Amino acid sequence: MSEPILSIRGLTKEYAGGVKALNAVDLDIRKGEIFALLGPNGAGKTTLINITCGIVSPSGGEILVEGRNWQTAFREARTRIGLVPQELTTDAFETVWSTVSFSRGLFGRPRDPKRIEDLLKRLSLWDKRKSMMMQLSGGMKRRVMIAKALSHDPDILFLDEPSAGVDVELRRDMWEMVRKLRDDGVTIILTTHYIEEAEEMADRVGVISKGQLIAVDDKASLMAKMGKKTLKISLNDPLDTVPDALAQWDVALEDRGNVLCYSFDAHAERTGIASLMSALSASGISYNDLSTHQSSLEDIFVELVHSGGKTL
Amino acid sequence: MNWHGIGAIYRFEMARWKRTLWQSLITPVITTALYFVVFGTALGSRMSTMDGVSFGSFIVPGLTLLSVFMQSIFNASFGIYFPKFTGTIYELLSAPLSSFEAVLAYVGAAVTKSVLLAAVTLITATLFVHVELDHPLAMIFFLVGISSGFCLFGFAIGIWAKNFEQLQIIPMLFITPLTFLGGAFYSVKTLAEPWRTLTMFNPIVHLISGFRWSFYSVADVPVWSSVAVMLGLNALCLAVIAWMFRTGYRLKQ
Repeated sequence: MSEPILSIRGLTKEYAGGVKALNAVDLDIRKGEIFALLGPNGAGKTTLINITCGIVSPSGGEILVEGRNWQTAFREARTRIGLVPQELTTDAFETVWSTVSFSRGLFGRPRDPKRIEDLLKRLSLWDKRKSMMMQLSGGMKRRVMIAKALSHDPDILFLDEPSAGVDVELRRDMWEMVRKLRDDGVTIILTTHYIEEAEEMADRVGVISKGQLIAVDDKASLMAKMGKKTLKISLNDPLDTVPDALAQWDVALEDRGNVLCYSFDAHAERTGIASLMSALSASGISYNDLSTHQSSLEDIFVELVHSGGKTL
Repeated sequence: MNWHGIGAIYRFEMARWKRTLWQSLITPVITTALYFVVFGTALGSRMSTMDGVSFGSFIVPGLTLLSVFMQSIFNASFGIYFPKFTGTIYELLSAPLSSFEAVLAYVGAAVTKSVLLAAVTLITATLFVHVELDHPLAMIFFLVGISSGFCLFGFAIGIWAKNFEQLQIIPMLFITPLTFLGGAFYSVKTLAEPWRTLTMFNPIVHLISGFRWSFYSVADVPVWSSVAVMLGLNALCLAVIAWMFRTGYRLKQ
């Protein structure tokens, strides 16, 4: 693996009052990847982002941005990081143009009207450039927040719940934009409640729960490791109980005994499907339909959070 | 130094000032002009001179500073409090900007506004009363130094304040009375003991005295004392703000 662009070591945060938001989190982010950080509310996702961006002070640990400490080399680190926060916090009386230009200057970049123009056009904000922030819809404000975060051309972009409160169309547009940014070499770390979003976009997924990172893996291998398939067999005649002849398989009855469900490891050498079907025939159990169901990232996420990562 | 960042904040603050020009410039100038009309033109002719200066002229430096004190505090405190209130402070905290640069930008903009306000107020005063300026460089030195001290004070209040009431309470409850009792309308030499000695503990007496000296060469306290209080105010406020940024007091969790 190449040198991580962002390396988090033993990051701990205990808020005044004793709430431990992060507990010795270690995480490496690879250059150019889209990393999705999943976790229930209060898991520590936003705290992790806010510490990385300098908004919250850590209680312990350190963060390296391409090998350099994010506090001692704060100028370099922050110049390279862009943040789209969860809340739509904007200056109500500023125009779109001025607020995006302000962000660019704040992050140490010289004025560049052409760059701002390109950015606004790319985010379909050009027509709104003279509008005040308070005149924009929630979705438009979200786009402006992204424009502000991108105005200084960061290498690392944090998107904290980017799809919160936006409609399906805008969400799809945003996914497309995030992919384009990745293609341009920007490393993207996003938190989301929409597992579908992570499943759609992420190269790697991290699951955080109660301040601890309980799983980090490539999305594909996490789904392969944790993912299960279920074979659903629709029976001609309902069963009251699972026959003893089928006890050796992981089967259960659903839909008032009309459906027999068999969970199996899709990546195992022998799935057991053929022998199960033979056993059904031998037992005289007839069926009229078969279907399979692949567990989603959402199923995996729920299982991980409930087990505290022990299922890995 | 992140000059682009400093420039961005400075321009942002000045743009905000332009949007609220009635509130931040025109209203205080009109209010102060009313003092000149009432105390300078209407009543001033019936009052005796102060330290050999006509009453109308005598009150010009003190009243100008009263405006400067209030607007310096309001402008600087609002400049940093409003991002805290709206949540846009996240951008300042995550920017590659040192605390010194942030203070330079916010306080620099607030000082500019105060100096412009003082200039407009003094020009307006000349329409109603006779104003002399014996030491123009000293006047600029005092004006910038005092504005800077009160802008730093306001900036610290803006970080400290948890709500809009707290933002207003110090200027309204402390600064206005201290200014009225600090020789804005009279020479403290005219006070009887022990008030005269007690008044010397009011730092605003020293600031008004120094500023007035630059106009008419008359002072209630030695000029060095005025300079010392002014520099002391700046140093104290800077130290408090440095501590606030170092500890993240009411800025970071």
